[in-house]
Amino acid sequence: MDFISILSIFVLACFVGYYVVWSVTPALHTPLMAVTNAISSVIIVGALIAAAAAEVPGAKWLGLAAIVLASINIFGGFAVTARMLKMYRKKER
Amino acid sequence: MAAPAVYAPENLPAITDAAHAVNPWVALAYLASGVLFILALRGLSHPSTSRAGNRYGMIGMAIAVVTTLLTHEIASLPEILIAIAIGGGIGFVIAQRIAMTAMPQLVAAFHSLVGMAAVLVGAAAYLNPEAFGIVDTASDAAYAPGGTPILLQSAIELGLGVAIGAITFSGSVIAFLKLNGNMGGKPILLPARHLINLGTLAAILGLVGYFTFDQSPWVFWTIAALAFLIGFLLIIPIGGADMPVVVSMLNSYSGWAAAAMGFTLHNTAMIITGALVGSSGAILSYIMCRAMNRSFLSVIAGGFGAEAIPGGEAKEQRPFKQGSAEDAAFILEQAEKVIIIPGYGMAVAQAQHALREMADKLKAKGVEVKYAIHPVAGRMPGHMNVLLAEAQVPYDEVFELEDINSEFAQADVAFIIGANDVVNPAAKTDKASPIYGMPVFDVDKAKQVFFIKRSMGGVGYAGVDNDVFYMEQTMMLLADAKKMVEDIVKALD
Repeated sequence: MDFISILSIFVLACFVGYYVVWSVTPALHTPLMAVTNAISSVIIVGALIAAAAAEVPGAKWLGLAAIVLASINIFGGFAVTARMLKMYRKKER
Repeated sequence: MAAPAVYAPENLPAITDAAHAVNPWVALAYLASGVLFILALRGLSHPSTSRAGNRYGMIGMAIAVVTTLLTHEIASLPEILIAIAIGGGIGFVIAQRIAMTAMPQLVAAFHSLVGMAAVLVGAAAYLNPEAFGIVDTASDAAYAPGGTPILLQSAIELGLGVAIGAITFSGSVIAFLKLNGNMGGKPILLPARHLINLGTLAAILGLVGYFTFDQSPWVFWTIAALAFLIGFLLIIPIGGADMPVVVSMLNSYSGWAAAAMGFTLHNTAMIITGALVGSSGAILSYIMCRAMNRSFLSVIAGGFGAEAIPGGEAKEQRPFKQGSAEDAAFILEQAEKVIIIPGYGMAVAQAQHALREMADKLKAKGVEVKYAIHPVAGRMPGHMNVLLAEAQVPYDEVFELEDINSEFAQADVAFIIGANDVVNPAAKTDKASPIYGMPVFDVDKAKQVFFIKRSMGGVGYAGVDNDVFYMEQTMMLLADAKKMVEDIVKALD
């Protein structure tokens, strides 16, 4: 992919983000932050690539360390979001 | 998920030696996970769709991880799985154990991890650019480590990604320490800090530019070190009251760090996610600033709350009315409509469960109870809503500032618990007040105001006196918030 296609995806995704986030109800802003935390750890993709390649040991270990950190975030972020969202309930009538 | 067979390594071009060769199936898989992340945020538009949204997010992440593992030659699968298990275990246990009042700290800590992960990935890409497919094959390798110079464009992306990641890391660590109480909430002001910050920032940008033609280790590591330093310098002058903005801002940074790495890796999932998270954090920062009537720049410049006057010295003591739990219970019982305004003090006192009990008692007696939440109540956006949800307050009883503010005129009681600045009428009338222009609740329109406060001494974060204390219809309930509410509950029996 050339730089312009990537930039296009990025710019359009910023607009999508803008409209989607404005539609998030303020009551769920804390879960929003927790879940954005979890998904920004998609950076684990880079960590996996680094850890998968064996030819440079330093890079491999950095990759593995990044996998640990990103995994804390992914599992922790989604789990704590799920825990919070479970608590939101409607009035029982 | 699509049939995994199509991702089998033998069907694909060897990604390891040409990472940017696009296999359409791989690209589609990453696109799918990006779209699932969009749906995850979209689900949060309403509590009823939010849980499904969270599951979309998990599926999206699973697709991204599995796709990456299946399309790369993996020399060390056991180590990778162990690393995921260690991290996942830690994350899961923390998520289950953390108290809801500690969510701001947790989110700050998580931000720091994203930032650090970005730095580590950037460093790995610098040490092993071949694995990331960012080697400039056309260039001569005179100056690069190991004889593999990094593509010009990738070098810029890498430099920026590492810098943003490092700022996110050290900034979030400071935010965590402040929110967790390991470090005082008071801003720490260095002399000439604006000059130092701008200088450091310029140095980082200059070095990122220089990195494109000199990729020696010192350039790379100096970028990282300076970025760690500026993250630290940026957050120490910002006071506790501005933490909601800081946490949102760091949220945004963690997104931009992921996006920068996505550019380096040409990975759509990372770019889409980075853009989503980046704009999410930016919008939340904007909402918080607007709710305080402060400009983003003035928050970033820091120092707010530094000159707070300690407990009303040299100020005349104005007369106020103090009441007991029994007085409050008596009036609450008679009321038709009660609006409760919780603030950070409620979280500190852990009074939310007692509060819900009180509301239940009142509802059983036919009183209409509503909760009013200011956008900056608490230490992060939406913090009060989570605490009330934890105490099993139904979300359809909880209202935002603009939706409920007109109802105070019909309310018999405005019940203020742990909030202060968000009900201060000085924001509407006193142009000299530091909180002038901040949207506040019109509690003065309610027939009766109850104000739970530990003592008359303390003032809000903004350090200003509050006329609500001294109004004719105000009754001060001076005690620990939890204790006071529990006493009211007892008196309601």
